[in-house]
Amino acid sequence: MLMEKPSAGLWRKIKARYNLVGNSCKTCGKAYFPPRIVCRKCGRESKMENKKFSGNGEVYSFTKIRVPPDTFKDEAPYIVGVVKLDEGPMVEGHILENGTEIKIGTKVRSAFRRMYVDGEEGLIYYHYKFEPV
Amino acid sequence: MAGIVGYGVYIPIYRIRVEDIAKVWNEDAEAIKHGLGIREKTVPGRDEDAATIAVEASRRAVVHSGLSPDKIQAVYVGSESHPYAVKPTATIVKEAIGAGTAVMTSDLEFACKAGTAGMQMVMGLVDSRMIEYGLAAGSDTSQGRPGDALEYTASAGGAAFIIGKEKKEVIADILKTVSYTTDTPDFWRREGAGFPSHGGRFTGEPAYFKHIQNATKLLFETTGFKPTDFKYAVFHQPNGKFPTNVAKMLGFSEKQIEPGLLTPIIGNTYSGASMLGLAATLDVANAGDKILVTSFGSGAGSDSFAIQVTDRIDDKRKRSVKVQDLINAHKKYVDYSTYLKNRGSIRKR
Repeated sequence: MLMEKPSAGLWRKIKARYNLVGNSCKTCGKAYFPPRIVCRKCGRESKMENKKFSGNGEVYSFTKIRVPPDTFKDEAPYIVGVVKLDEGPMVEGHILENGTEIKIGTKVRSAFRRMYVDGEEGLIYYHYKFEPV
Repeated sequence: MAGIVGYGVYIPIYRIRVEDIAKVWNEDAEAIKHGLGIREKTVPGRDEDAATIAVEASRRAVVHSGLSPDKIQAVYVGSESHPYAVKPTATIVKEAIGAGTAVMTSDLEFACKAGTAGMQMVMGLVDSRMIEYGLAAGSDTSQGRPGDALEYTASAGGAAFIIGKEKKEVIADILKTVSYTTDTPDFWRREGAGFPSHGGRFTGEPAYFKHIQNATKLLFETTGFKPTDFKYAVFHQPNGKFPTNVAKMLGFSEKQIEPGLLTPIIGNTYSGASMLGLAATLDVANAGDKILVTSFGSGAGSDSFAIQVTDRIDDKRKRSVKVQDLINAHKKYVDYSTYLKNRGSIRKR
């Protein structure tokens, strides 16, 4: 039911999930999230370095999920969307409803939340979500 | 001596009114509101816990301080609702604020005063020059057994303080701190128990009032300060009545405690309570103002602090998220069944 069980799977993604750490290519400057091993544009000339994104951006597209996967069945309805970060990359994520109407172009910031909990005894998966500013 | 170089707060957007709890248990809402001095309380979202609250507050504290997070060399998180029994909340907070790896971290538990105990620990490290800057957070999604009097007050929220001693960074000097501790079984939760138990009226006189008064009097004795030396005072606030009464007993006016008295509108945020009260008071304080803070944790103990605001406070003020703004923005009221769902109290098997 869950997307992942082993601790290592969570551990590898902590920097990206907590702090939106992706990377960018020193050769051309293009930024990526999630991080890529090779720059799409520069190929073998690419020089990738870690980049922490601000978490600020705007809603590019969104939808309200009413028929969720099992993992999120108690959370529905909820909003997922694509956020265009200020630094360029498009990032998919949950968008919190905090009273501000969500529209295309709504300014958001990254928030820190539980994404899912593995039963009574498993790990708790923390993750960025986006929140209207 | 060490001082506060930045602070941050977090309060969930969800609220439940006393009336919505009282009608489930056939209680008189007006009598409860009058008796406890509380109108409504915060409720954590389903995706919020003591770790997420501590992270949000700590991130705001880092922004407010103006420090690079890799300058923070200690992270202590006080809570009585740590998400894991074994697996520190403090490591999650350390990682999420972007601190490095050469960081002293630990989780603390001392009922409602674990956050201020963390502040004292960081002060010790800073004053002994073992570290330059450290962060102490108090954060809780506190539990109240359905139908118990605590259900009206146990809420969620948190605050974080970054402590250092670099003069140009300090917005408030911590002039003195003392503690008063005894072994008093007024409130407890055993390992694996879903809800705390308490000694009813025993939580008052021999617990809350005795410890807060003795810690505060000890602070007066060791500093020579008296209530009129302080512009503001913050006392732990399990409900709206206790802090008002203890302030009066110690010689403080209602005006002195007004900015930091938050429980009537957000409930008791446990480890966050005194620290949120201090943050709300710093939001309105000016250079030179002295603030007294005395926390209380069941079990039992109190930490008392004499704090004096510096003229650096105005430089950092525009970077802070004000407690009152957070309380009043985006409130979402929930009914009792949604409250139970959010708290994870509805079992499916």
